[in-house]
Amino acid sequence: MTRFCDNGCLELSFPAAEADASSGIATLSARLTEHGLPQHRAGDVKIALAEAINNVVEHAYSDVAPAAVQVTCCLCKDTLKVLISDTGKPLPGLQPPDGIPSEIGSTIQDLPEGGFGWFLIRELTREIRYRRRRGQNELTLLFDLRDPG
Amino acid sequence: MALTSTTTGSTQVITVHADRIDAAMAIQFKEDMRTQTETDASRVVLDISLVEFIDSSGLGAIVASMKQLGGDRVLDLAGLHPVVEKVFRLTRMDTVFRLFPSLDDALSTGAD
Repeated sequence: MTRFCDNGCLELSFPAAEADASSGIATLSARLTEHGLPQHRAGDVKIALAEAINNVVEHAYSDVAPAAVQVTCCLCKDTLKVLISDTGKPLPGLQPPDGIPSEIGSTIQDLPEGGFGWFLIRELTREIRYRRRRGQNELTLLFDLRDPG
Repeated sequence: MALTSTTTGSTQVITVHADRIDAAMAIQFKEDMRTQTETDASRVVLDISLVEFIDSSGLGAIVASMKQLGGDRVLDLAGLHPVVEKVFRLTRMDTVFRLFPSLDDALSTGAD
């Protein structure tokens, strides 16, 4: 993963609990900026990262003993690669959900309060890869770093 | 989650004193909003100018806060950072809430 990545990789591991995930996401985002993640992509990366990590905490480790979430971020030439691994339950059907967003509905009481996580991840990434290997989930998110302007 | 509130006439301004509203604080935020909005104010303006980040759980908690108000009261949002605004835009919640760049903008606009 490091071969074409001039700016190197950074790794962070934290317990799969909401408070640890919250501070872990903030730390990763700050360190990515220090490592040269362009400002115009920083917000998108943070949103997608948070949704993917929250999914691990809320779903992969639901009803099983929570262990760690391991995140490796590699800043390559035009691409940021983020690998998120955990030892929780596999994704249903062994593939990432399509991420069809919740319907807004027509009244306030009908408004959805969730169901946007995978939609946001898919909107903000160039590519998503998932595999189950040796009892681990490995989710890779690829972000395009080229300046749209 | 620290919320403070001031009410002028029928408008209540609730300020969020946190740099994020995310999965770790969504439930607490929703409960604190319920407590804060047990008032007669017909319009609630949520000042989130200190909030630099929100995830879909935080968004869900704001939506739940709107529902808690019931049908005849309105929740407007003020002071959205670009990342926060983007989450509202991508999920199309920007079509549900009135979003104001700043608290001053919100207060200089009527409740309708």
